[in-house]
Amino acid sequence: MADMEKTRAEPVEAWITGIGLTTSLAEGLDAHWDALAQRRINVDATTFAPYLVHPLAPVIFDQQIPKKGDQRQMEAWQRIGTYAAGLALDSAGIKGNTDILSKMDMIVAAGGGERDLAVDSAILSSEAQGNSSPGYLNERLVNDLRPTLFLAQLSNLLAGNIAIVHGVTGSSRTFMGEEAAGVDAVRIALARIAAGQSDIALVGAAHNGERKDQLMLYEFGDFNLKDTFQPVWAREPKGGFALGSGGAFLVIESKAHAQARSAKPYARLTNVVSDLARRQHPGEITATLDKLWSKLGPVHSDAAIISGAPGTEPATAEERAFLRQHPEHPVRATATAFGQIVEAQFPLGIALAALSLSHGALFPPNDPTGVEIEMSAAPTQIVVTGTGHWRGEGMALVEAVR
Amino acid sequence: MTVTRDKFGRPIVVVTGMGVVTSLGIGKTDNWARLTAGESGIKTITRFPTEGLKSTMAGAIDFVPVEPFSSTVLGEKLADIATEEAVAQAGIGSKGDFPGPLFLAVAPVELEWLPRQDVARASGANTAIDYDALLRVAGGGRFAPYHHRFMFGSVADHLADSFGTKGSPISVSTACASGASAIQLGVEAIRRGETDAALCVATDGSVNPEALIRFSLLSALSTQNDPPEAAVKPFAKNRDGFVMAEGAGALVLESLEAATARGATILGIVAGCGELADSFHRTRSSPDGKPIVGCVKNALADAGLGVDQIDYINAHGTGTPENDKMEYLGISTVFGERAKTIPVSSNKSMVGHTLSAAGAVEAVFSLLTLEHQRIPPTINYDVPDPAIPFDVVPNVARDARVTAVMSNSFGFGGQNASLILTREPI
Repeated sequence: MADMEKTRAEPVEAWITGIGLTTSLAEGLDAHWDALAQRRINVDATTFAPYLVHPLAPVIFDQQIPKKGDQRQMEAWQRIGTYAAGLALDSAGIKGNTDILSKMDMIVAAGGGERDLAVDSAILSSEAQGNSSPGYLNERLVNDLRPTLFLAQLSNLLAGNIAIVHGVTGSSRTFMGEEAAGVDAVRIALARIAAGQSDIALVGAAHNGERKDQLMLYEFGDFNLKDTFQPVWAREPKGGFALGSGGAFLVIESKAHAQARSAKPYARLTNVVSDLARRQHPGEITATLDKLWSKLGPVHSDAAIISGAPGTEPATAEERAFLRQHPEHPVRATATAFGQIVEAQFPLGIALAALSLSHGALFPPNDPTGVEIEMSAAPTQIVVTGTGHWRGEGMALVEAVR
Repeated sequence: MTVTRDKFGRPIVVVTGMGVVTSLGIGKTDNWARLTAGESGIKTITRFPTEGLKSTMAGAIDFVPVEPFSSTVLGEKLADIATEEAVAQAGIGSKGDFPGPLFLAVAPVELEWLPRQDVARASGANTAIDYDALLRVAGGGRFAPYHHRFMFGSVADHLADSFGTKGSPISVSTACASGASAIQLGVEAIRRGETDAALCVATDGSVNPEALIRFSLLSALSTQNDPPEAAVKPFAKNRDGFVMAEGAGALVLESLEAATARGATILGIVAGCGELADSFHRTRSSPDGKPIVGCVKNALADAGLGVDQIDYINAHGTGTPENDKMEYLGISTVFGERAKTIPVSSNKSMVGHTLSAAGAVEAVFSLLTLEHQRIPPTINYDVPDPAIPFDVVPNVARDARVTAVMSNSFGFGGQNASLILTREPI
């Protein structure tokens, strides 16, 4: 393979030129920066008690999804994502630029499957009262399911809605698989740009954490944080995550493509790596993170780390064991302020890394345990981690463009 | 020395292993025999009660037992079977140690009704069961397997564990184009030089009441229930919808260089991939056909082929009034007068619409078409639609010289993907 190595072109440099964020903390980049500076946390302990949830901060969806008809066709996660995608396109200065959008590649990491809770509850209640004739479920579903609900549930329809509302049509791919899907969406988008297979990509994800059906799925595995809020590093030994609502989208493009249209970078996306630890034995997640760190490329001693540790165990303790091997690097965990936004956790980490690099400052710690330390110098490199609560590990290196 | 790069300087991507399961049976041999005999795998549904349903037939796979039934479990089993066949044929790696990444096309995973009813029973409530009642009994570990089972990444994680693929497996959904997208992801990874081999799998076990009703509520399904084997009528004037079906397809992709070096038998070439999204509507194609036209053109350009070099089109051909009309518009726009003479057939007339799996199942059938130099027919074609003057290879398979096949996949959400498969490097 030596010959092939020689003939392979140098990777194309990729820049992050657009960021769209709408989360429990805020909407838009300035508001996020302010909220992080103030160490704000927006957590709701009552609506879904005993479960804690980070609810979406108020947004006016009309601003990015002007047609009410489009909004009605979407469930909440699709609206959040379509909104955040619009912010990212605005931020990159390409909103409405049909020439670019029609060639823009899109990779969305998506869950989906939002239920109509009233329909489910009515069916289950009726069955409990003895309605179990053959065909009963059919009859109720035929009569009670909204025809449009299917499309609002379907994973690839977040991308579909982004195409319809914002006109991103170069390509449309949806990756599924919780946190790892978010990592791999960014990884593949970058790999394609680095290899010259793509010039510009919209990448991101959205999650609606304010859902009892979603809480139930994670409650099966006892992953939900209950009763009392704790920062992510203070949840051991039991651990847990508080589901969050939020969308994070990035515009990533080749340096040449960005320069040709005079676009300014927030940061360079240098590398994204991922793996799947089998997680059969203690220590495998830590070992996998060690391996990913070694594959990132040169990481300087003054690099910061934005961690996507979920808060659940054993993933969080194992990530912490990895971080302890790099004590000189200031760490910030996204889960404390944003909660668990699953597919969007890793794109969020990259967004915050790029935002910090463009500000020439890392946002302050938000942690009483001492894992997160102050950083006064301007960061030039930020490593983003993405450890799935159940499966999947990822890491990115984001660098300042000088 | 053999040329191992295409005219664009990229590694040539070849297929060295294939596996397939459909309602026609397990494996390439049975499927090909029945496909070219024009047999249908569509039957009246017996898996669940069909009272009150407008469509009561499907290409369900009941010969792979799953008890209690779960679409996710069946999808996983079908993927296992197809992958086993593909990896064995390729003779690559060693057992449980596939030397490359996994790209899996899979239906979105959701908690299904049987588990939901199971939790409801555990709630002990006998009047009002809402999600608060379900949540009260959900934790504590007794339902932990439901968490693991209904993670979106669970099928890919299982395959990655079983077959020992490398790195983070990718689960892709581009609706009914998913199978083609999984292949495209594998082709791109090999062309980037990231890997010498990739495992591309697509599976779907979606025939359950809610999934059927969802498609039915969108008026997408055929209601010509009797006889079930005559329901899917792609390109015919009396077509009225698709029929849901289950299946899986698996392909081992390798760089030609790596395949040649290990002496593998080369089954075909993935010469080109094209995609283009449609922003017109959530379920309907742009009336001008431009996204389909652009997708097909992208695939041709990626392969470096002209329309005159394509000998056969393996159509998406779902049998819905809308799809088949739009597919004709797209193909005829690109192919011009040749659209009336080039053979265009729909495997779905026999196996039904295997949804997330269709792109890979039909890629396998396209490669078998190249291998056997025989084109599977479009069955149930008795009433031609004058608006679609395709040569659909009506009802009977046909021997033909085929060197390059275009296989199309289109899906809800504006998804369009096309693959170009050839027998020899071009």
